[in-house]
Amino acid sequence: MADSSTASTSGGAAVGYRPSATLPFGAEFRRQASRRRTQLGLGFMVLLPLIILVAFQFESGGDDGGGRGEFASLADLATSGGLNFTLFSILVSASFLLVVVVALFCGDTVASEASWGSLRYLLAVPVPRARLLAVKLLVALAYSGLALLLLAGTALLAGTLRYGWEPLSSQVSAELAPADGLLRLLGVLGYLAVVLLVVAGLAFLLSVTTDAALGAVGGAVLLWILSSILDQITALGGLRDLLPTHYSSAWLGLLSTPVQTDDVVRGAISAIVYATLFWGLAFWRFTRKDITS
Amino acid sequence: MRSPVARARRALAGRPRRIVAAVAVVVLVAAALVWAVRPQHPDFRTESAVVTVRSGPAGNEPVDLDTTLYLPGDASEANRVPAVLLAHGFGGTKESVRSDAEDLVARGYAVLTWTARGFGRSGGQIHLDSPDYEVRDAQRLLDRLAARPEVRLDSAGDPRVGVVGGSYGGGLALLLAAQDQRVDAIVPMITWNDLSRAFLPESTGKPPTEGVFKKGWAGIFFGGGGNAGSGPAGLSGATAAVPEGAPASAGPASPRPGAGPGSGSGRAPGGAADPSCGRFAADVCAAYLRIATTGRADAAAVELLRRSSPAGVLDRITAPTLLVQGEADTLFPLTEADANARGIAAAGTPVRVAWFTGGHDGGAGPTSDSDRVKFLTAQWLDHYLEGEGAAPGDTFTFSRIAGFDALDRGLVATGYRTDDYPGVTGQDRREVALTGPAQPVAVPPNGNPAAISAVPFAGALGSLLDGVAGDIPGQHARFESAPLDDPVDVVGAPTVRIRAASATGEAVLFVKLYDVDPQGASTLPSGLVAPVRLTGLPATLDAAAPVTVTLPAIVRRVEAGHRLRLVVATSDQAYATPADPAVHTVALADGPLALPTVDAEPIPTSATVWRWVLVGLLAAIVVGLVVVVLLTRRRHRRQDRSIHPEYAGVPLAVRNLRKAYADGFVAVSDVDFEVHPGQVVGLLGPNGAGKTTTLRVLMGLTQPTAGEIYVFGHRLVPGSPVLSRIGALVEGPGFLPHLSGLDNLKAYWRATGRPWADAHFDEALEIAGLGASVHRRTKKYSHGMRQRLAIAQAMLGLPELLVLDEPTDGLDPPQIAEMRRVLQRYATDGRAVLVSSHLLAEVEQTCTHAVVVNKGRIVASGPVEEIVGESPSVLFDVSDPDAARTVLDRLDGVRVLPDGDGGLVVDTNGTARSEVVAELVRAGIGVDRVVPRRRLEDAFLALVGDNSRGSGDR
Repeated sequence: MADSSTASTSGGAAVGYRPSATLPFGAEFRRQASRRRTQLGLGFMVLLPLIILVAFQFESGGDDGGGRGEFASLADLATSGGLNFTLFSILVSASFLLVVVVALFCGDTVASEASWGSLRYLLAVPVPRARLLAVKLLVALAYSGLALLLLAGTALLAGTLRYGWEPLSSQVSAELAPADGLLRLLGVLGYLAVVLLVVAGLAFLLSVTTDAALGAVGGAVLLWILSSILDQITALGGLRDLLPTHYSSAWLGLLSTPVQTDDVVRGAISAIVYATLFWGLAFWRFTRKDITS
Repeated sequence: MRSPVARARRALAGRPRRIVAAVAVVVLVAAALVWAVRPQHPDFRTESAVVTVRSGPAGNEPVDLDTTLYLPGDASEANRVPAVLLAHGFGGTKESVRSDAEDLVARGYAVLTWTARGFGRSGGQIHLDSPDYEVRDAQRLLDRLAARPEVRLDSAGDPRVGVVGGSYGGGLALLLAAQDQRVDAIVPMITWNDLSRAFLPESTGKPPTEGVFKKGWAGIFFGGGGNAGSGPAGLSGATAAVPEGAPASAGPASPRPGAGPGSGSGRAPGGAADPSCGRFAADVCAAYLRIATTGRADAAAVELLRRSSPAGVLDRITAPTLLVQGEADTLFPLTEADANARGIAAAGTPVRVAWFTGGHDGGAGPTSDSDRVKFLTAQWLDHYLEGEGAAPGDTFTFSRIAGFDALDRGLVATGYRTDDYPGVTGQDRREVALTGPAQPVAVPPNGNPAAISAVPFAGALGSLLDGVAGDIPGQHARFESAPLDDPVDVVGAPTVRIRAASATGEAVLFVKLYDVDPQGASTLPSGLVAPVRLTGLPATLDAAAPVTVTLPAIVRRVEAGHRLRLVVATSDQAYATPADPAVHTVALADGPLALPTVDAEPIPTSATVWRWVLVGLLAAIVVGLVVVVLLTRRRHRRQDRSIHPEYAGVPLAVRNLRKAYADGFVAVSDVDFEVHPGQVVGLLGPNGAGKTTTLRVLMGLTQPTAGEIYVFGHRLVPGSPVLSRIGALVEGPGFLPHLSGLDNLKAYWRATGRPWADAHFDEALEIAGLGASVHRRTKKYSHGMRQRLAIAQAMLGLPELLVLDEPTDGLDPPQIAEMRRVLQRYATDGRAVLVSSHLLAEVEQTCTHAVVVNKGRIVASGPVEEIVGESPSVLFDVSDPDAARTVLDRLDGVRVLPDGDGGLVVDTNGTARSEVVAELVRAGIGVDRVVPRRRLEDAFLALVGDNSRGSGDR
C-alpha cells in the first residue's frame, strides 16, 4: 500500500523525474545557443552597427540634394553623436531586419525540432506540452530581446566611441540631454520590443502548426509585410487601425517634445492583444494536436 | 443519430476542411471591406431652392439667394426641431458647408445653408456682411425658418435658432445676433471684431487710419470675391475633412494666379458690372482700390469697414456666444476674438472662448483640435437651442502644437483648459531680458525684397518647419535673450518696448519674436508679426521716445536652453510698406520682454482611457494566465492517479486501443496486448499494419480514439509522468544535427531534468559503439550510426520499458547480432523490451514473445514458440530436389513452398510426415534430413496472408 501511495504522488514517474524540472530554461537556452542561426542572427546584430559606422566613413562630401524627408533628416543626424547613431541603427532595422530576426527566433524554435524529429523525444521524456511551449517561447523571446539589446548596445558603444556622448537631437523635438536621450532610446527599444511581440506571436503560432521551420519564419514575415502593405492603403480607413502593423512606427512619437504616448499606448494594446491571441492559439493547438513528425 | 454529424465531419475533413477555412477567411475579409466602405444612409432630407428676399437699406431690394434646408428625418409639425443658420466663408457657397450641415442635421437640427449674396448662384453684390444687405438677407431667412412647420418657435415668427459660421460667416453670426434678437445662440469662428483693424493693424495702439495695410490677405480676398463663381468654394474645396463651423467654411477661395477681379466668371447673375470690381459692391470696391493704391486707409474707408464690423454693436448681442479663434491665423488673430469676447461679456451675455491651433493659415488643425471644436459647438447648441445638458460654463480652452504625429506625419496638439478666460494678456507674466545694440536698418524701395513671415494657408506647418520665415540682411535688427533656464509656456500677447529714430521722421516696422533653438534654428510662431507705424521720430536715438509694442498673441512653449530673438524688420511681403528707401535706427528701450502665461491644466484625452485599457488588458492577461494555470493544476491533481491493480507489475498493457484519424481512416481498430517483465516482445506486422501508430499513442504523441494503455498500472495519456519510465525509439532517430552525438545525448538528458548520475552515459555509449565518432556532429553520421545513437538515447537512464521501432534498420549483420544480445540482456531485472519490426527473422531470433498485427488488429500473440509452433511446414533435405518436387506435387494437399534455401519447404497440410518421407523414398530419392520448419515467416504469412496490399500505409 505504501508503494501505491508514493506512486500516486509521483504519477508513477521514474526516480528523479519531476514535470516541472523538465526542459529547464538553461537547457533550452543552450540548445538554441549552439545553433548556427542563433549565432549568425546575434552576430549580425553586432555587425550591423559596425557596418553602418564604416559606411558613414565613405562620406562623399557632395550634397545629393537632401530633402528625402524625415528619414534623411535622421540619417543626417546619425553622425551627430552616439545616441543619434543608435537611433539611426534602430530606425533602419526596425521595419524589416528585426522582424526577420524575431520571426527567426520564434518561428524556428518548435518547427525545427519537429523537422529534426527531436520533438517527439522531448515529448516522450515527457516534457509536458504546455511547459515545452512555455520554455521554448521564453527562450525565443529572450533571444529576440537579446538581439534588440545587442543591436542597440553595439550601436551605442560604437557610436559613442566614434561620435562622442552628445545630446540626442531630432527634427521633431528639442535637443535632449544625453541622460534624457538615453531614457527615450530605452523607451523606443521597449516599444519596439512590444510591437515585435506580434511577429513573435505569429511566428510561434505558425511554428507549432507546421513542421517546416522556413514556412513558419517566412510565413510570419510575409504576413507582416502584407499587413504593412494594407496599412498603406488609405481607402481602408478605420480598418487600418486594426492591422497589427498600423502602430509599428509610433515609437517616433517618443522622440518628440513633449513625448507623445497616445499612439504608443494604442500600439502596445494592439500588439499585446495580437500576441496574446496568437500565443493562446498556439498553446491551444499544440496541447491538443497529434505529433506526427 | 450520429451519422449526419459523422458525414458532415467527414465532408469537412482533410482538404475540404482547408477549403472551408479559406472560404471563411475570404468571406470575413470581404465582409470587413464591405463594412468599411458601406454607404452611409443619412436620416435627413434636403430642400434646395432659390428664394427671393427683400433687403437693402429700405428693405425693398429683391435678391435671389441659393438655399438648402436640411431637415432631420423625424422633424415634423408634431416634432419641431431647433434650427441652425449655417453661414459659409468668404468665396464659398452653401456647398462648402455641406458636411458641417450634415453633422448638425444628424444631431437633430434643421439646418439652413445659403450662398451669400455676391457668391455662387446667388444674386446681388458683395457688401462685406453689411447690416443693410447680408445681415438683412439672413434676417429674412430667419423669417422663412419661422414659417417652416418643422422648426420650433419661441413665439410666432421667432424660430429657435442658432447661427454658426466661420470667418465671413462668423462675422455674419455676430452682426445678425446684434441686429436680430430672435437669434438664440451663436458660434462665430475665426472671425473679426473690427475689419478695419484686421486689414490695417498697428501694434502700438494707433487707429486703422495709421495702420499698415495687410495687402497679402486683402488681395486674396478681393480676388476671391471677384472669382467667387469660378473657383471651388471653401478653404480647399474639400470641406468633408474639416470640422463643422469655422475651419470648414473659414477661408476664401484659393487665390488663382492671373485671375484678378476683372476676370470674374460671367456665370454670376449680377457679375456683368465694373470689370475692376467683379461682384463687389461699388462702395466696397472703391474703398479697396483706394487703400490698395496708397497703402493707407482714409476715414471713409475705415467707416465702411467699421460698418461691417461687430465692434460697434457687441453690446446688442444677447445670444450666448461661443467664440472659436485660430492660433495660426495671420488674418484674424486671437486679439479679434478677445475684443469680441470682452465686448459681448460687458453686456452680460454668456461668452465662452476657445482657441485652436488652426485658423486661416493653419486650417482645421489637428484632429484633436477639430474634435474639440466640434464638441464645444455641439455642447453650446445643445444647451442653448435644444435645452439639453448643463450650461457649458465659460471654461477657456486652448491648445498647443506638441509636435508631429509619428504615424500620419500631421501635427499633434495638446489641449489645455483653465476656468477663467484670461484674455491675451495672460494671468501672469514672465519677464525675459533682451540685449543687443542699436542697429541701423534699411528700408528697401517699394518694399522689395521683403522679409517673409507667413505664407497664407501654410502658417502652422510652415513656421514649425522653419521653411518660410526669413529676414533680409541689412533690413532687420536683432535683439536676443540668454538661453532660458527653464521652459516658458507663452499664452497671450507678449509686449516689448523699443525705440526708433529716422531722418524721415516716420517708420513702418515689423516686430516679431522668434524662438531660437540651441542649434540656432529660429521659428516664428504661426508666422505672426506686429506691424507698427511710428511717426514723429527724431533723427537720433538719444531723443527717441520708447514705444510699447504688443506682439501678436501666441500659444507656444519655449524650451529651456532656447533663446528668444526679437527682430525688427523694415519690410514684410504680407504688408504694404512705404515706397521710398530710407535708413532707420532701432534699439531696445528700457524694460524686458514680457511674456504672458496662463496656469492651465491639460484636457484629459481619450489617450488616458487607452492607458487604462492597457493596464486593464495587462491585468486581464495576468488574471487569465493565473486562472489557466490553476485550472490546469486542478485538473492535473484530479487526474486519475490510481494504479490499476491488475496491471501494477506489468510494464505495458494495451487495452482495446483504437485510433481513427480525422479523415476517417482507422489506423488501429482494436489492439490488445501486454508486455511482462523479462520479456522481449516483438510487435510484428506488415507495413501499415498499425505498429507505428500504436507506438505513437504509447509515447503520448497521439491521442487514441478509444482504449487505454497502462504502464506499471498507471494510465498513460500524453505527457503522463510514467512516460519517464519508458525509453523509446519511434520512427527513426531525431537529433540536433549541429551537435555531436555525445552532446545530443547530454542535451537530451538535460531536458529530462533528472540527476546526471542516473543517465548511465557510459553504458549507453558502449551500446552505441560509436567510438571516437561520438564527438562528431550527428549531421555527418551514417544511417546506422544514427540508429545506434538513438538506441543509446532510448536506453539512457535504463528505463524499465524499452520501446524500439525497427531498431535494426540500417545496421549491418554483426551489429544486428550484437543488438540482439543487448536487447536480450536488457530484458532482465524486471525490465522489458517492446520491439516493432517487419523483419520476421529478427523478431524470431530476438524476441521471447510476439504480437502479430494486421490491418489494425491483433491476429496472434503469445510466445514466439507458440506462434511458430502452429506452423505445419517441414524442411526436407533431399538428394535430388527437382525429382522430389515432382513427387511431392503428386501428393494430394502437399504443397512446396517457394522459399527453400537449399532444401524443400513443404506444407504437408495434414499429411503425416512419415508418409511423405515414405513416398520420397519410394521414388528413389534420398532423404538426408526432415526438420519441422518453425519459422515465423511461415506463421506470419499464414496469419496475415501473403498479400498485405490494400491495408494502406498506417
